[in-house]
Amino acid sequence: MAFGPFLFLALLEGTVMAAVLALTAVGLSLVFGVMRVVNVAHGEFFMLGAVAAWFVTYYLPFPPAVTWTIALLIAPLFVGAIAATADVLVLKRLKYDPEATIVATIGLLYILQQAALTFYGPDARPVEPPFHLRLQFPWFGYSGYKLFVVLAAGLILLAVWAFMTRTKAGLVMRATQVDMETARAFGINVDRVYAGTFALGAALAAAAAVLIVPIQQAHYLMGHDPLLLSFIVVIIGGLGSLRGTLVAALIIGLSDGVISMFFSPTLAKIIATLLVALVLVFRPQGLFGAKA
Amino acid sequence: MSASAKSWALHLGLIAVLFAAQFGLPSYHATNVSRIMVLAVFAMGYNIAFGYTGLLSLGHALFFAAGMYGMGLPIWTLSWAPIPALIAGLVAGGALAGLVGLLALRTAGVSFMIVTLMFAQAGYLTLLYLNTHTGGDEGFVVDSAARVIAGFDLSTDAPRYMAALILFATAMLICLWLVRSPFGRVMVAMRENEQRSRMLGYNPFRVKLTALVISGLYAGIAGAAYGMLFGYVGATFATIQYSILPMLYVLLGGAGTVIGPFLGALLMFYLIDITSGYTTAYLFVVGAALVVLVLFAPKGILGTIRERGLKWLP
Repeated sequence: MAFGPFLFLALLEGTVMAAVLALTAVGLSLVFGVMRVVNVAHGEFFMLGAVAAWFVTYYLPFPPAVTWTIALLIAPLFVGAIAATADVLVLKRLKYDPEATIVATIGLLYILQQAALTFYGPDARPVEPPFHLRLQFPWFGYSGYKLFVVLAAGLILLAVWAFMTRTKAGLVMRATQVDMETARAFGINVDRVYAGTFALGAALAAAAAVLIVPIQQAHYLMGHDPLLLSFIVVIIGGLGSLRGTLVAALIIGLSDGVISMFFSPTLAKIIATLLVALVLVFRPQGLFGAKA
Repeated sequence: MSASAKSWALHLGLIAVLFAAQFGLPSYHATNVSRIMVLAVFAMGYNIAFGYTGLLSLGHALFFAAGMYGMGLPIWTLSWAPIPALIAGLVAGGALAGLVGLLALRTAGVSFMIVTLMFAQAGYLTLLYLNTHTGGDEGFVVDSAARVIAGFDLSTDAPRYMAALILFATAMLICLWLVRSPFGRVMVAMRENEQRSRMLGYNPFRVKLTALVISGLYAGIAGAAYGMLFGYVGATFATIQYSILPMLYVLLGGAGTVIGPFLGALLMFYLIDITSGYTTAYLFVVGAALVVLVLFAPKGILGTIRERGLKWLP
């Protein structure tokens, strides 16, 4: 294959990755932005979403298109409920102290991983895609489902944006983000906003996982890479800035696709992690963040 | 007894008990305790950064692995003798900590945690990427000829226990001396109130960097000793899990206490060892321990004891 088509394939793969990454990272960014909590267990919410999708598609006796759609609805709800419970039982009692919550979410990470290992098992299991469609380019064939993933992720992100800017609940969340004390003084139930935000963040990770699981298989350790990459994206984009997160997801996804294809996936990750460390040191507001 | 005498009695007593224990412990537990003592040195180093100076790092696996590879690679590729190799491990841990510190200490709090995490992750990935030089995922076995110091074969039980005990005792006494020294007080001052310490004329950056390098030296020698005593060097020791373990030990035993890291390592090791007899859910034990500690006992066992009465506990 010539260089041009090869690059095109790399960019396609990168776009799919960027779309899923954007969805996952927006969840992490939302939680950090509103609650100032760095959620180390975010990758496990992603993993739980994939595992839940496997359970739904495996046990429901409908065609793949139907079960997958049900999974896309149920998995985020299920994962969101777990997240809200964790928030009320643990994070709230820590009064959202930044360092204590990191330690607690590390604990949560291990607990969720163990739960998946115990109830789901150590195997990687495939999930049937809702449809099979092969797009034939002049140089190679490409999965139509992968492009559908990009579309679906875009739609969900659009819905999140509409929710944040066009609804009362979104307004309340933004108000809490700007000034929690004043929000409370205006009668906003901050506890409920926090629990809801944590659930929404987790649900977005779960939705991303349901989208990607027909391509990637569900495994109890699969949360590691999404966590790391979301961290990278959120920091490069500027902590808590949604627009920056989207731009950074695109950059990281595309460059990861290209570097992985032409050099090595490990090298791509080394560069990205070092970049994050340096961004945090020299430009803590992120590459695109306006202010701290 | 004065506070100082009490504390000497306590620490020398612990060393004496550990010395005596080797004659009574069955082989399986002797190996466990050797392992615990080496891990406790690692945790003590973590405690110097986290417990005393207030630097919550998520990247200490990097320094541990630096020590391990700093010891293992010269033996593997250049056939070095054990003592120079151990020193190389010690230096590698301290040097890398200094390098990371120069950059990471420009940040604080949550950013510091993430920066150290990212550097450690980059280090781990580099180990995998350079797999032709490092053995990558599989690691390598330390040559048994290089595990003999002064005629003592460290791959056998009794010399291994003694070597671990000597390392542990030395590390603990240095730590005890350090935290009671004027510099140790300045470290605590940094943790408690950086602004005020700055106003008193101390340079926070220099103090924190020094503490981090000392912490890295501890992690480095612990990693080097771990590789030498148990004969294996591998990239698993550079994963985030090995940054979490010392944090867990320190939180459990009591941050900012000299014996806390050892107590935490001992309890956690046997907690996992015993529960794994009943269930395979060892990750759950680690996770639940972290959550319970941070919720109900953020000061750890010895920290709580110190608060409730034994005020002299260093």
